[in-house]
Amino acid sequence: MKEFLIGNLTWSSLPHEWFTIGGTVAFLFLALIVVVVLTRMKRWKWLWNEWLTSVDPKKIGIMYFIVGGAMLLRGGLDALMMWLQQALSVGASHGYLSSDHFQQIFTAHGNIMVFFVAMALIFGLINYIVPLQIGARDLASPLMNTLGFWLFIGGVIMVNMFFIFGGQYAATGWLAVQPLASKAFSPGVGVDYWVWSLMISGIGTTLGAINFIMTILKMRAPGMSLMKMPLFTWGSLFSMIMAVTIFPLLTATLFLVYFDRALGTHFFTTLGGGDPMMYTNLIWMWGHPEVYVLILPAFGVFSEVVSTFSRKPIASYKSAVFGMLGVSSLALSVWLHHFFTMGASADINAFFGLMTMIIAVPTSVLVFNWIATLYKGRIRFETPMLWFLGFVGIFAIGGISGVMLAVPPADFQFHNSLFLVAHFHSTVIGGVLFGIFCAITYWFPKFTGFKLNEKIGKYAFGCWIVGFCLSFIPMYILGFMGASRRLDHYDASTGWQPLFIMMFVGGLVIALGVILQLAQMLASIIQKNRVNGDPWDGRTLEWATPSPPQFYNFTTIPQVTSRDAYLDMKQQGLAEPAYEDIHMPKSTAVGIYISAFATLASFGFVWNIKWLIVASIIGIIVTFIIRGFNEDSEYTLTADEVRKLEEARTKKIRDAAAHQQNVEDLSIWDLVKVIYAFAMDVLKNKRWKRA
Amino acid sequence: MSPQELSHHQAAADDRTLFGFWIYLMTDLLMFAVLFAVYAVLHNNTFGGETGRELFKLPLALAETLILLTSSFTCGIGMIAARRGNKNQVLIWFGITFILGLAFLGLELAEFSSLISEGHTLHSNAFMSSFFVLLGTHGLHISAGLLWMGTTLGYIMKRGLNNSMVRKLTMLSLFWHFLDIVWIFIFTIVYLRAFV
Repeated sequence: MKEFLIGNLTWSSLPHEWFTIGGTVAFLFLALIVVVVLTRMKRWKWLWNEWLTSVDPKKIGIMYFIVGGAMLLRGGLDALMMWLQQALSVGASHGYLSSDHFQQIFTAHGNIMVFFVAMALIFGLINYIVPLQIGARDLASPLMNTLGFWLFIGGVIMVNMFFIFGGQYAATGWLAVQPLASKAFSPGVGVDYWVWSLMISGIGTTLGAINFIMTILKMRAPGMSLMKMPLFTWGSLFSMIMAVTIFPLLTATLFLVYFDRALGTHFFTTLGGGDPMMYTNLIWMWGHPEVYVLILPAFGVFSEVVSTFSRKPIASYKSAVFGMLGVSSLALSVWLHHFFTMGASADINAFFGLMTMIIAVPTSVLVFNWIATLYKGRIRFETPMLWFLGFVGIFAIGGISGVMLAVPPADFQFHNSLFLVAHFHSTVIGGVLFGIFCAITYWFPKFTGFKLNEKIGKYAFGCWIVGFCLSFIPMYILGFMGASRRLDHYDASTGWQPLFIMMFVGGLVIALGVILQLAQMLASIIQKNRVNGDPWDGRTLEWATPSPPQFYNFTTIPQVTSRDAYLDMKQQGLAEPAYEDIHMPKSTAVGIYISAFATLASFGFVWNIKWLIVASIIGIIVTFIIRGFNEDSEYTLTADEVRKLEEARTKKIRDAAAHQQNVEDLSIWDLVKVIYAFAMDVLKNKRWKRA
Repeated sequence: MSPQELSHHQAAADDRTLFGFWIYLMTDLLMFAVLFAVYAVLHNNTFGGETGRELFKLPLALAETLILLTSSFTCGIGMIAARRGNKNQVLIWFGITFILGLAFLGLELAEFSSLISEGHTLHSNAFMSSFFVLLGTHGLHISAGLLWMGTTLGYIMKRGLNNSMVRKLTMLSLFWHFLDIVWIFIFTIVYLRAFV
C-alpha cells in the first residue's frame, strides 16, 4: 500500500545533509516571502490574470528573464562553491565538500547554466523582440508559446526538486556519461531528476522553436522580405531551426536513458549487448549544436548593437546572413570532436577535426563584419557597446583555443583537462552571456520605458572582465599543466594551489559584478530616467512602438521598404496614427495545467509512483482535448477601443514628460545613500506596522 | 472587422497552423530517426539470443503493413469527403480508418505478447530492446492518432462538419500518412532486412 501511494519515496530520502537542508530552507523562505508579499498587497488575482496566464510574448519574455536571472544566481553560487573547494582541497586538506557532493554541484551547475539560464534568457529575448522586429502583433501560436514557457518552468522545478523532496541530484556530469549514469552505477534518483527536468524543458523548447519558425516565416510585415529582416531575427531563425533539428534527438535519447534505468532495457548498458558509446554519439549530436542554438541569437544582438552604436548600417549584411547560415549548418557535423579519444578511426577523427576548424571561418566572417561596421562609424561607447567589445576579446580567445582543441592529436592532450573547461567558458560567457547582457542593456528602455544606469553598469562590466580574466586565464594554464576537469582534490606537490586560489578570487570579482548589476537595476528603477520610444536612435521596427509597447504592439501593421525600416520611417517623417480592428488571443491557463500535470508525471516517474503517472497523463490528454475543441480563443479590439487606449497612452507619456527633470545617473554612493535614507525612513516611521 | 477580413484572418491562421504541424511532423520524424539508428547499431547485438530471422513472422508483418496502407487509403478518401463537406461520408470513411487502425494495433499487440510469452522481452538483449522501443513508439503514435480520430469524429457527430473540424481532419490525415511512412520503413528495415 505504502509503495503504491508514494513509490520509492521514504523519510530517509528527505534532505538531511547540510547543503540540501540549506537549499531547502532557502527555497521555502523565498517562497514564504513571495506568498506574504503577494497576500499583503492583494496581488494574487493580478498575478494570475495579468502575468501567469498571459499569452503576450512580451510578458512571457519578462517572465523568462526573471526565472533565468534567478537561476543565474543559483548556478553562480554553484560555481563559487566549486572554486572554493578547489582552492582549499590540496594535500592533506580535503576541503569542505565530499567528492559526491562536489560531483552533484558541477552537474547541476552545467545543467542550470545551459538549460535554465542561457536558454531561458535567449528565449526571453526572442519572445520579446522578434515579434516587434518583424512587425507582428503576436505569435503564430500563442498557446504553444505559453505551453513551452510553462514546460520550461516544470524543468526548473524538477531540477531543484531534490531540495524539497530529497534524494540527490545526478553526479554524472552535465550530460550524464554512460555507463556511469546507468542503474548499475548510479542507483539513486539523481539521474532520474536529470532525465525528467531536461525532458520536459526540452519538449518546451521544441514547441517554442516550432512556434518561432512559423512566426518569422509567416508573419512578417508586408514588404519585409527575408533579406530585409533585421539580423537579430535572422540569428533567431537559424537558432530555432537548429533547435527543432536537435531537440528531438535529445528527447529520444533521454527516453532511452530512462528505459535503461526503469525498464531494464539494454541500450547503453555494459551488459546485454548495449553500447555506451552510442549514447556519447547521440547526446553530443544534440549537445554540440545546442551551444550554437545559444550563440546565434547573441550574434544577432551584436549585429544590431554594433550597427546602432556606430550609426551605420551593418558592413555587409549578406555576408553576415551567410556567416550565420554557415555556422548553423556546419555546427551539425562537428559533434565527434567531443570524443576524439574514444577510438574512432583516424579518418573519422580527421573529418570532424577539419569540420570543426572550418566552422571558425563563418564565425570569423561575422567578427570581421562587426569590426568593419565600426570602421569610420561614429561610435558611442555606452554600456551595450562595452559588452560587445568585451565579447570580441574573450570570444576570440575562446575561438582560438577551440581551433587548438579541434586538432585530434593535440586533443589527446587537452581532452578532459581544465584547458577545455576554460575554452568553453570563454565562448559561452564571452559569447552568450555577454550577448545577453548587451541585449538587456540595449533593449531595457524598450522593456520598461527607462534606460539602465550607465555609471554603475560600467563598473559591473569592469568587474566581469577583470573577474573573467582572473578566473579563466589561470584555468587555461592549469589545463596545460595537466589539471583535469571535475577535480575535487589534488596533491600539494603539483604546485597548483596559487592558481586555484586566483580562480576563486576571480569568481568573487565576478560575483561583485553581478551584485553591481543588481544595484544597477535598482538604481535605474529609482531614478527612472524616462525615455521616449527611441533612446538610442534605433534603426529597426521594434523602436517604432512606444516603450514599453502596448500589448498589441502596433496600431497598424507597418509597411517595410528597407532593412533599416524604422530609420527610413524617421527620415521620411512618421505617419499620422491610424486605427483598425485588432484580433488578439485570449489569456489561457491551459499551458499551466498541462505543465503542472507533466511535472507531476515526471515526479511520479522519478519516484516510481504509478497512480500519479497514470492520473497525470490522463490529465494532460483531457486538457488537450478540451482545449483542442475550444473555438473561442480570440477576441476583437475595435478601432475605437484602440484609439482610446492610444490616446490614454499618449496623455500618460506627455504627463510623464512634463514632470520629467533631466535626471543624472545615480552613482553607487548615491544609491547607497538613497537606500540608507529609505531604510531609516521605514525604521523611524514604523511603516511596516500599518499598510 | 468585416466578415471578409475575418475569414481572411482565419485563412492566414490556418495556413500557419498547418505549416507548424509540418514542422512538428519533421521533429517527430527525427525522433524516429534516432530509434532507427539505434536499431541499426544494435540489431546484431543479440547477446546469444535468437536473431530476427528466427523470431519474426513475415506474413503477420505483411498483414499489418497491408492493413495500415489500406487505412491510409480510406483516410485519403475521407479527406476528399471532408473537403466536399459531406459529413456522412466523412464519418463512414474515417470510421473505417479507425477500425483498421484498431486492427493494426491488435495484431501488433498480439505479436508482442507472443514474443513476450516465449521469453523475448525488453530485458533480453539490446536487439530486443531496440525492437520493442522502435515498434512500441510507433504503436503509441497510432494509439494517439486513434484517440485523436475518435474524439474528432465524436465532435463532428455532435457539432457537424465545420471549417475548424476540416482543419483538424487535415492535420490528422497528415499525421496518419506520416505514421504509414514510418511503418513502411519499419517493415523494410526491421522485418524484410532480417530475411535478406
